Amino acid sequence: MAQAATGHATIFQDWGSDVTTFKGVPWGKVMMWVFLLSDTFIFSSFLIGYMTVRITAAEPWPNASEVFSLTMFGVHVPLLLIAIMTFVLITSSGTMALAVNYGYRRQKKKAILFIGLTAFFGAVFVGMQIFEWSKLILVDNVRPWQNDWGAEQFGACFFMITGFHGMHVTGGVIYLIFVAILLARGRYDNTNFEIVEIAGLYWHFVDLVWVFIFAFFYLW
Amino acid sequence: MASEVGQQHPLSLYFWIWGLLFVVSAASYGTDYMEAGYLRWALILIFMLVKAGYIVAIFMHLKWERWALIYALLLPPGALMVLMALMAFESDYTWLTRVVYFGEDPSPTRLPPPGAGAH
Repeated sequence: MAQAATGHATIFQDWGSDVTTFKGVPWGKVMMWVFLLSDTFIFSSFLIGYMTVRITAAEPWPNASEVFSLTMFGVHVPLLLIAIMTFVLITSSGTMALAVNYGYRRQKKKAILFIGLTAFFGAVFVGMQIFEWSKLILVDNVRPWQNDWGAEQFGACFFMITGFHGMHVTGGVIYLIFVAILLARGRYDNTNFEIVEIAGLYWHFVDLVWVFIFAFFYLW
Repeated sequence: MASEVGQQHPLSLYFWIWGLLFVVSAASYGTDYMEAGYLRWALILIFMLVKAGYIVAIFMHLKWERWALIYALLLPPGALMVLMALMAFESDYTWLTRVVYFGEDPSPTRLPPPGAGAH
């Protein structure tokens, strides 16, 4: 840009410039942001639906702290698996941030290594979620329409929200592996490696959604 | 602001935020041991917003983007806040109607039947 515009004035200059609005941002990154914005609406609608259903339930809502507790080595720990899942996802977000950083430093091998690590932690997360679902369905007999502790809507909200999030994590793992393979093959060698940041945006978003699910579904 | 070669920041920044997210997550988990109440709810929300803020601002680099993009991303979710407020009002009413007409009140103090006085 010729003039070094700063501050909020750039909003009007950028939108009124009659050329590309989002300056200095690769188009793929803009498209990913637009997709993530639409995904924000999907997840928020799920969470608002959950809020509505929970407020309107005339029966008591099951206590998530007890429902998701585990007994390890004779000690009863509330939300143990969920806490571990949270830390695994944060770890994967950290490795993804490092991958993006190494990508922009053009250290391709390190970027691929950290994308692989991120995908690994993502797979671990999905594995633990499969355990969580299996226990809930097979041991605790939770169904979308019925459970032993209170309001029936609990199951419907749980399977819908965590299921959709789990699908996102699974899709993200596949996406990351795909990106890592293409990187290794040299597909992006004549670019800035912004593909790593675009994939990273998706991955951080999945972590972001989990922050809200953890707060509203498991802790509330 | 995005530079010509993309987002470049020192590695130490990411490690700091990473560690911070761990600490805040641990604190967030700690609220599960508290008594239910306004303090606990407030802490859950605060820790949630702090974590979300750091992820979006630092990990997703939104802090360094131009205002045009930041506003394009942060303003539309305001519509969701409106939806949330609408649904909260609506569901309070639905709950009251259910309790009054089906009589399944989970709270210790039962509501009086319709027409029996003030709510």
